[in-house]
Amino acid sequence: MADLRCEIAGIKSPNPFWLASAPPTDKAYNVDRAFKAGWGGVVWKTLGEDPPVVNTTSRYGAITVNGQRMVGFNNIELITDRPLGVNLAEIKQIKRDWPDRAVLVSLMVPCEEASWKKILAAVEDTGADGVELNFGCPHGMSERGMGSAVGQVPEYVEMVTRWCKSMTAMPVFVKLTPNVTNILAPARAARAGGADAVSLINTVNSIVSVDLDRMAPNPMVDGKGSHGGYCGPAVKPIALHLVAEIAADPESAGMAISGIGGIETWRDAAEFISLGAQNIQVCTGAMHYGFKIVDDMIAGLNNWMDGKGYARLQDFHRAAIANLVDWQDLNINFELVARIDQDKCIKCGLCHVACEDTAHQAISVIGQGPGRRFEVIDPECVGCNLCAHVCPVEGCITMAPVDNGKPYLNWAQDPRNPHARAAE
Amino acid sequence: MADGVDIRAGWLNGATLAENFADVHRPLDLAGALVEANRCYFCYDAPCIAACPTGIDVPGFIRAIATGNVTGAAMTILTENILGGSCARVCPTEILCQGACVRSNDNSRGDRSVEIGLLQRYATDHVNTATRHPFARAPATGRTVAVVGAGPAGLACAHGLARQGHDVIVFEARGKPGGLNEYGIAAYKLPDDFAQEEISFITAIGGIEIHPDRALGRELSLTQLRMDFDAVFLGLGQDGARALEVPGAGLAGVQNAVDYIAALRQADDLANLPVGRRIVVIGGGNTAIDIAVQTKRLGAEDVTICYRRGPAQMGATPHEQDFARINGVRVKHWLRPLRLDGLDGAVTAAVFATVAQGDGGSLMDTGDEQSIPCDMVFKAVGQSFVPLSDGGPDIAAGRIAVGPNGQTSLPDVWAGGDCVAGDDLTVQAVQDGKLAARAMDLFLQNLET
Repeated sequence: MADLRCEIAGIKSPNPFWLASAPPTDKAYNVDRAFKAGWGGVVWKTLGEDPPVVNTTSRYGAITVNGQRMVGFNNIELITDRPLGVNLAEIKQIKRDWPDRAVLVSLMVPCEEASWKKILAAVEDTGADGVELNFGCPHGMSERGMGSAVGQVPEYVEMVTRWCKSMTAMPVFVKLTPNVTNILAPARAARAGGADAVSLINTVNSIVSVDLDRMAPNPMVDGKGSHGGYCGPAVKPIALHLVAEIAADPESAGMAISGIGGIETWRDAAEFISLGAQNIQVCTGAMHYGFKIVDDMIAGLNNWMDGKGYARLQDFHRAAIANLVDWQDLNINFELVARIDQDKCIKCGLCHVACEDTAHQAISVIGQGPGRRFEVIDPECVGCNLCAHVCPVEGCITMAPVDNGKPYLNWAQDPRNPHARAAE
Repeated sequence: MADGVDIRAGWLNGATLAENFADVHRPLDLAGALVEANRCYFCYDAPCIAACPTGIDVPGFIRAIATGNVTGAAMTILTENILGGSCARVCPTEILCQGACVRSNDNSRGDRSVEIGLLQRYATDHVNTATRHPFARAPATGRTVAVVGAGPAGLACAHGLARQGHDVIVFEARGKPGGLNEYGIAAYKLPDDFAQEEISFITAIGGIEIHPDRALGRELSLTQLRMDFDAVFLGLGQDGARALEVPGAGLAGVQNAVDYIAALRQADDLANLPVGRRIVVIGGGNTAIDIAVQTKRLGAEDVTICYRRGPAQMGATPHEQDFARINGVRVKHWLRPLRLDGLDGAVTAAVFATVAQGDGGSLMDTGDEQSIPCDMVFKAVGQSFVPLSDGGPDIAAGRIAVGPNGQTSLPDVWAGGDCVAGDDLTVQAVQDGKLAARAMDLFLQNLET
């Protein structure tokens, strides 16, 4: 049995699976259920100043892909709409009831020192393990000068982070918005401000769909729609990239990373950890299936780690960062060629038509009817992987390395590159 | 009446009968259709298209369902097969499109084919054809065509010709149009008067008149039709039931399966249709399955299909054989009918010789006999085409001889469906009618007067 205990910025939890600041963590009732289900920690839904915000009805939009519901999800919900005092009392009680679980509190108040000072003191009083500064939400609050309106200005990120660090002894997490051109700017600003960790990604600005009958964006509020925050499995690749960017950045070193974005399974979590996240946060997956998904996240991660011989999370933390390089450092002499396992092939022809219509005309059809075969024309195959991706049969098309005897050569060294320098 | 003949109506109450003769396949709802449509791989040069006798672009219509373009899906189907609605219900898809589906081929271990039949039904059921016929009729040409037989072949041909602007009169020997869809298909495969609804849809294009109770050799002669019309299409069925040459075949309680099925299909109230307590069906085709399952569902206690060869030789598909079994029908193989025993003129038992396959495939009696007590015996040993008596086209192997597009030896007469060689399937009949209509349209365009 692998040891899933997790520590991030000094905060301990029995496993790395936390619930992100969002509707699932808005109340003691939900958080209590989550902890009973086995979640290692929560980031309480963002608190703000009283009077509380008011939310609309019709808050969520979703996209279905090939019958899979909620592949992408968006929301126009604001921060907690309950009075500050009610939330603080519940946080205090929850932390008392669940001392071994991590309880962070997400915060969003105007960019004024006094506002932050007041709310940090109140949170500290609950016994919470830390705070997460919500510089991420791209809708509603940003128009009021908060959320991503702060996260998009590195100077503000640094300033508020520095205030908070000077005002509290609690670890400070800074939640970043992906709605920036370069994630390193706000990440480095958080680092400069003294942040203990960054959490990312918050949601991506989006219009999830258009109702073509009513000609309005979804989710629709009385016939009108507004841009909202996009999340769910569809954003995971974006999140992985941004997490890795920060993890690989020497100037951001020393800050922990809490990975967020489309995580629904143990495999997703393992990928984030391998790219530098100390732990992960989940929202959409829980909103889709309920808290029970954590069972398989825990068991699956455990079984996978046992299989790989990883005893602790640290054993594979950042393991994939070493293999993340710039394009120019890839081996231009490396060759792959597609191989079709004829015993597994079901003759659907998707590899052929994909290659024929859109790639390199490297898969031919031999014969017709049920007996037809699809064969790779090796000299035409550029090893792009397209056929293997479209093939619906697991393991039928594989990409085989070609032993061409050529040494490693990157683009910077390649004589075909007009700007090449001599190989060293 | 332990040993007496027991034939009665009303074994089951109305509610049970209604349940037994309701739709055998539950139609897909939107959610189910989307899940199933998304299982389609959208194959290149898809095998299911080639396996459909009418060549429907199956992946094309399935993708249209998946994208919410149900009208497009239905148009793709109906363009190739105007009887796409009934074919969705009656096609033996397991030996056609679904049999060719790559998800069910030898290498797709453990997978199952896409439910193409159910998806076709979803598309054709959900397109709104009530307000507007999906195809426009070309301006009237003034040419006239007689279609003989209002079954699937004749209806498909009539629609194709009417669409091109020709005026079509369809003559039907029976009291209602539809052919086997109206009189022959098992009731639970085409419930709720679907055959007549589909005909209303087909004829809504205009230019088609249906005249029932008009049969060749009875009210009509081919010679006269050829004089009265510019062209003729023969979409005749197989009206001859093959005889069962055994002693006792004339006993009361012994009848052709197709006659009973026709009566069942036309019955106003199934509770009034008499059926025996114990049934023996002789034959191994789909008609044998249909009569066996329908009598079982009417309330017969004990139904046995007796076939002279093994399961592999049965005309009924494995799917149909399984269907019979799950309906509680017993299927016995290697039984050759010897005689039917009776009492006071009514059948009481069917007696068979047990046979085995000898070298070279011929059947040999093993010397054993089996007697199966019964109240009714249904003969389901096949139907045959009854050739025309006067001035008919050439016949080959017992059916009308035709060229590739259904043209007969007579220059202005085409034929298709069960009266010509080929698979006796609704969908094949539709294709015959469709292709003949195209050829006839060319012929009519080139007529000089």
